[in-house]
This record gives sequence, structure tokens and C-alpha cells, in this order.
Amino acid sequence: MTQDNAFISFRNVNKFFGKYQAIDDVSLDISHGEFFSLLGSSGCGKTTLLRMLAGFEAVSSGEIYIDGQPMSGVPPHHRPVNMVFQNYAIFPHLNVRDNIAYGLRKQKLSRAKRNDMVDDMLELIKLPEYGDHKATQLSGGQRQRIALARALILKPKVLLLDEPLGALDKQLREQMQLELRALQKTVGITFVFVTHDQEEALTLSDRIAVMSEGRYLQVDTPTGLYENPVSREVASFIGTMNFFDGTVTSIKDGNAVIKVDGLGEVSAPVGTMPLMAGNTVTVAIRPEKFLLTDDKPDGLQYSVKGQLNNAAYLGERSHYYVSIEGVSQPTAVSTQNRGRTKEIEAQNRPVWLSWDSAAIVVLKDV
Amino acid sequence: MKSGTYIKQVNRPLQFYAVLFLIVLYVPVLFLPLFSFNDSIYVKFPLKGFTFQWYIELLDREPVWAALMNSIKVGVTTSVIATGFGVFAAKAITRYSLPGRGPVVGFIMLPLVVPGIIFGVALLVLLSQLGIRLSLYTVTAGHIIVCLPFAIATMIPRFEGFDKSVEEASADLGENAWWTFWRITFPMVFPGILASLLLTFTVSFDEFIMAFFLSGSDATLPMYIWGQLRFPQAFPSILAMASIILAISFILVFLGQWINRDAHSNTFESK
Ligand SMILES: Nc1ncnc2c1ncn2[C@@H]1O[C@H](COP(=O)(O)OP(=O)(O)O)[C@@H](O)[C@H]1O
Ligand SMILES: [Mg+2]
Repeated sequence: MTQDNAFISFRNVNKFFGKYQAIDDVSLDISHGEFFSLLGSSGCGKTTLLRMLAGFEAVSSGEIYIDGQPMSGVPPHHRPVNMVFQNYAIFPHLNVRDNIAYGLRKQKLSRAKRNDMVDDMLELIKLPEYGDHKATQLSGGQRQRIALARALILKPKVLLLDEPLGALDKQLREQMQLELRALQKTVGITFVFVTHDQEEALTLSDRIAVMSEGRYLQVDTPTGLYENPVSREVASFIGTMNFFDGTVTSIKDGNAVIKVDGLGEVSAPVGTMPLMAGNTVTVAIRPEKFLLTDDKPDGLQYSVKGQLNNAAYLGERSHYYVSIEGVSQPTAVSTQNRGRTKEIEAQNRPVWLSWDSAAIVVLKDV
Repeated sequence: MKSGTYIKQVNRPLQFYAVLFLIVLYVPVLFLPLFSFNDSIYVKFPLKGFTFQWYIELLDREPVWAALMNSIKVGVTTSVIATGFGVFAAKAITRYSLPGRGPVVGFIMLPLVVPGIIFGVALLVLLSQLGIRLSLYTVTAGHIIVCLPFAIATMIPRFEGFDKSVEEASADLGENAWWTFWRITFPMVFPGILASLLLTFTVSFDEFIMAFFLSGSDATLPMYIWGQLRFPQAFPSILAMASIILAISFILVFLGQWINRDAHSNTFESK
């Protein structure tokens, strides 16, 4: 039962290496033209999933469909996907032009046509002067672009990228992120992008699958993942999150009244979550959803008094850690430094934290 | 001036040992060229005078040329076949996680440690059982067995030196296994193939024991030399021939090592 517009579908895919299960019953749909990311810490199975899509690993059970075609038994050189390898896998004995033109052999083009295509690619990756250089003489960022060009020149339906920016330094990485995103919009092909960097995933992706131990925990847009995580694991993997323990006291019209340790009684939207009075839940609030003030403010629904423990000035924003009676962990608060910001005042002073019900995410306790 | 680090300090005893080692290894061998230019049929000091006579005499001997041609035929055939097998064996050993890889490799390398005379006798018995007549073909077969370990040992570092994702990239870009081999694997291991050809040719060219057991009426060069040792008047020419073989072997082996010098640095590190 693939979705109608699904371009790539994983159906109950499992992968075993010996007895070790690297992929655990994954079913996923990726649409045409989507920038889709697999996000997860090292060893969670991202590369394995990508390699199964490219055909370098066989699925142990289940099926992968690309453009409606089942991929079992289709070797890598017959799949309509191309991959940018984690280490780029540039051909060291060929120069840049020959690297880029590598996959064109079968198309039997005239020399002139082929040269034109390579020139266009060199232009696209902004290395027009480098055609005759030996690939081994190039920097990491340049090799990454050649790996990209080598794949794109074949006009694949899907481009697979395995942590392509992981080896680059921060500045170059951020620049390449912008270029990648622009490129994907230009060429309009489906990107499946692997990363362990949540910021990178949020910046680039249309949708993200957050993975852990061979499964995905949630698939959603960056906003969806950040604002409405479905579990503690996802919530703490994407950005920073404060967690509080609570007990449901009553439910009405998709709103729950929850008694939260340290914060008192709050009301929050719970949607269709199967909750009953008496259930224990986790209440999660992002640091920037709090308002931090010296005196109790008017206007916001909820306020609690705490003690400011620690503060850090980070330029565009500041981080504060506030201890609240009845809450074991210090609560993280983040504020935007708008206008001219003064030095942070003496610590260990009483402060007020305020929020409203829209800031609250309710997670079913595990 | 001493260089800075502990590891790079000049180690006098070690240097002395190295020099001594080279002397013991090569001085006896150097007597061959020395006496090959000596104007006397007796190999003894003091040297008489300098001459090219023995080398010139060599040129006039028909059987020398015949033996040389035989050795070259056997050597070329052996090196091509042994290297061909060596390439695929080394690829299999390094690329696929074979069960029992250790024993398999040990088995292939066996001819390096089993005395040649045992292999020679064993093959002789086998061939006579099969009723195959001894000829240059049987010598070649023996030489292939002797040379295979050298070919594989030369090729393995070449394959270990390059990342298998490069071959995967080729498959990913649409090439099947055959084209991937010719467009990626072969050019990348090519220096190793040259080195292996040179080395196995040299081993075959110099080989005596297998040839002794397995040759028929056509002699290889070492066999011919062995046959000539009975005639004292021929000895200086044999020295001349041995000197030439020595020089050529040296050149071939060094050339092979030089071509294959970057075996392990085939993949590049990131900048
Ligand atoms: N060829 C293989 N043989 C055995 N185990 C493997 C193999 N490839 C990957 N694994 C294991 O599968 C798990 C997932 O690996 P991988 O997909 O590379 O993770 P990621 O790319 O998310 O870091 C890891 O525990 C890894 O050790
Ligand atoms: Mg990986």
C-alpha cells in the first residue's frame, strides 16, 4: 500500500549482518523532488539504508520500490539512483573531467557533446578552471563537488548523499549547505541525504526521518519535529528540551489538565493521544518558549518562581539555567538579545518563568 | 650534527651490521663478473689481464642462444599466466570475506617454503602417471607454481591500498563488473601487474630445480649452464653468462620495486 505520490518506498525492510539486526522493519515513503534526510547518531543504520537503496546491500526481507519498480535483484548499475559517497570515492587515476564524464560511456555521445556536458557541470559546481587537474590534488570541498557533478551529469531520478559535508570545516560546510539546497531546487531531483548533524538536517530538508537503532522514531518536517516531537528521544535529539513529570487530572475536548511537578496545574492540547485521568505523562517545553523576568509579569497564562543559577551570553541570544522547587534538573531558558543588551546581572537571584499553554508539548510517558 | 628525534638518531652498531650484511650477501656474487673479465681459464688469484674474450665466445655458441630463447619463452609465458592468476587471487583474498581465508592464503604461499625438489619430484611423478611427455610446457607448469606466490604477494598490497568504495562508485555510475574492472581496478593495480610480471619473469628465468626435473630435450639457460660445468674450458664463458643474467635480474627486480613503490598510498588522504 504505497502512497500514490510516493517515489521511493521502503516496505517492511529488514537488514541483518549475521545475527545483528541493522535495520528493523522500516517502512517509509519519499515523494518526487523531495529533500529527504535520514538523521541519527553514528551506527543507527543510516548508511545501511542508503546502501540498500543504491543496491550495494541486499535487503534481508521486505522490498524497496523506486518509481513503482521493485528493486530486489536489480544491481547497482541498473538502478536509477546515484550516490555521493561518504569519502567521495573520487577515481584517483583520472583527472577532474574524466571523473565527471565517467558515467557517460554508455550514452555514446559525440566528443563535443560530452565536453559540453562536462563544461556545464564544472560551471554548476563552480570549478570551471579545474577540468585538467588531477583529482588527487584537490581539497575536500572540491572533491565533494566533483563527486556531486559525477552523479548529477547522469540526471538520476534520485541522488543519495552519505554525510557529504561531514569532512568539511564549519564555514565551508555552511556554504555547501546553501549550495546543495539551491542545487536541489535547480535540478529538481529527489535527494536522500544522510547526516548526524541535526542543524544540518533542519536547514536543508523538506522532511526528516529521525533514526535510532535501525528504526525511525518520527518522520516529519523540520518544524513538525521541533514543535511536535512524539517522544522524549526525538525531543532531546532535536535541539534542547526541558522535561517535567506530570499526572493527568482530567481530559476535555482534546485538552488535558495536568498536574506538573514544580509547575503546578496546566492545561495543554493533547490531540488524539489516548490518555485518561491518572496517566503519568511528560510535559516538555522548549527553552525559548519561556519568558524570563525579574517580577511576575501579566498576560501569560502560567508563571512560576525560581532561582537563577547560571547564565551564558552567546551573542544573538543568552542561555539561563533556573532551578525550580520540585524539579530535579535546572530548567534551560533561552532569550533573544534584541536591542542593546546589558551585561547579565548578578546570578543566584530570584526570577520568574512564564509561558502559555501553546508552549507545552505533552509526551506519553515511557 | 645529530638529528633531533630519538628514532632518527644514527645507530652505529646497526649501520655496521647493515654493511656487513650486504658484504656477506653480495661479495661472493661479485666474484662472477670479476673473473668473467679475467684473461685465464682458471678461476684463481692473482688476476691475469682484462679481456672481453669470454663474452665474445658466448656470442658464437649456438646452444646458448637456443637455451636463452627457451628461457625467455618459458619466462614470458610463466609471468603472464602467474600474474593473471595472481591478480584475481589477490582480488578475491582482499575483497571478499572468505571463510577460512587464512588457510587458503597459507596454502597458496606454500611453494615459497616447500623445497623445490619436493615439488619437482611430485610433479614429475604426476606427469609420468598421466603419461605427459616432458617438454618446455611442463617446465612452464612447474614455474607457474613456483611464481604464483610471488605474484600474489606483489598484488595483495596493491589491492589493500585502494578503497573498495571506488569500485562501488563505478557500479553506481552504471558500469557492470567487467567494465569496472577494466576502467578502475586494472589501471589502479597496473603498477603492481608490471612489478609482478618483472618479478615472476626473473624467478622463472633463474629457476633450476623445477627445470631440472621437468625439462625434456630443450634446456633452459640454467640447465644449459649446469650441463656446461663439466667442461673446464667453457667455465669462463659460463661466468660471463652468469654475470649478464645477474645484471639483468637485478635491473628487472629493482625496476619492479620502483614501479610498485607507492602500493600502499594509492588512496589519497584528505587535505
Ligand atoms: N558490512 C557490515 N557487516 C557487519 N555489520 C555492519 C556492516 N555494515 C554496517 N554494520 C553495522 O550496522 C550498524 C549500522 O551501520 P551504519 O548503517 O553504517 O550506521 P550509520 O551510517 O548510521 O553510522 C552498525 O552497528 C554497523 O556496525
Ligand atoms: Mg554512516
